[in-house]
Amino acid sequence: MSQSQGVGVVGLYVRDQDEAVQFYVEKLGFRIHTDARNGDYRWLTVQHPDQPSFQLGLFRPESPMLDAATTQSVREIVAKGAMPPLVLIVDDCRAAYDRMRARGVEFTQEPVDRYGTVDAGFRDPSGNGWKMIEARR
Amino acid sequence: MNRPSGHANQDPELLRRLLRAKDRMDAGSHEEWTVRRLARVSGVCEAHFARSFKEAFGVPPHRYLLTRRLERAKALLRDTDLSITEIAFQTGWKSLGTFGRTFRDVTGESPGELRAREKAAPHEFECVPACFLSAAHRPNLTIAVSEKRRQDADGMNGSEETEVP
Repeated sequence: MSQSQGVGVVGLYVRDQDEAVQFYVEKLGFRIHTDARNGDYRWLTVQHPDQPSFQLGLFRPESPMLDAATTQSVREIVAKGAMPPLVLIVDDCRAAYDRMRARGVEFTQEPVDRYGTVDAGFRDPSGNGWKMIEARR
Repeated sequence: MNRPSGHANQDPELLRRLLRAKDRMDAGSHEEWTVRRLARVSGVCEAHFARSFKEAFGVPPHRYLLTRRLERAKALLRDTDLSITEIAFQTGWKSLGTFGRTFRDVTGESPGELRAREKAAPHEFECVPACFLSAAHRPNLTIAVSEKRRQDADGMNGSEETEVP
């Protein structure tokens, strides 16, 4: 299958981009793909090391893209954990859990065996919720 | 702005901490969750916790916990062969009677009836991660259980949807 077509970037809203880099790069092992600033605006994307065709954007809700009231609403929604689910696939859920927990990741659910795989749950500092699911072998 | 009356902006930092209390109830809905314990998880004073939680998530913390317990009980009824008594105690109820009564009042059927119906129905959900599916089947308890009981009683001789006074 060709890699030239498909989804390239999906963005998350985060409350602080420096904090988000620290989380996704240092704690989760992603790499920075693009970090470009233009005045106050910062286009920031990270990438999973095994997934070069996909970038995860870490964006701040802010003006001038959003008005002040909308910015406040979006910040509230993110902090309430009301953004849509995210799923990270790993080879070994328990090993990843131990490693990430030692680095200070906030887990919301310990690894559980079910439906023939293992899954755990964690949040980023902003409140975005991830499920971490072991790849079925 | 077109917002429900009474909505005030909440500090995102506070909301993030309230979310932690909600997450902890999700992870251990069978445990005892006093306001004191939840307030401590959120770093909020006890006097303000319940109101802040309700403002953030739309339901008081104890009712949120109830919906999580019922959600788990439904999953266990559907997916395991545990007895109804075992399920009641595993999901945090202290009495089988309270469990059965609350379950019926909220879902409209008894635990045994739900189990029989679920076992008979075909399932086509295998591709949806289990946790998201479970959340989608969470009882939508927008009013207190006592209020729901009252409305259901009223509903027998009146309109289907009773306005909450």
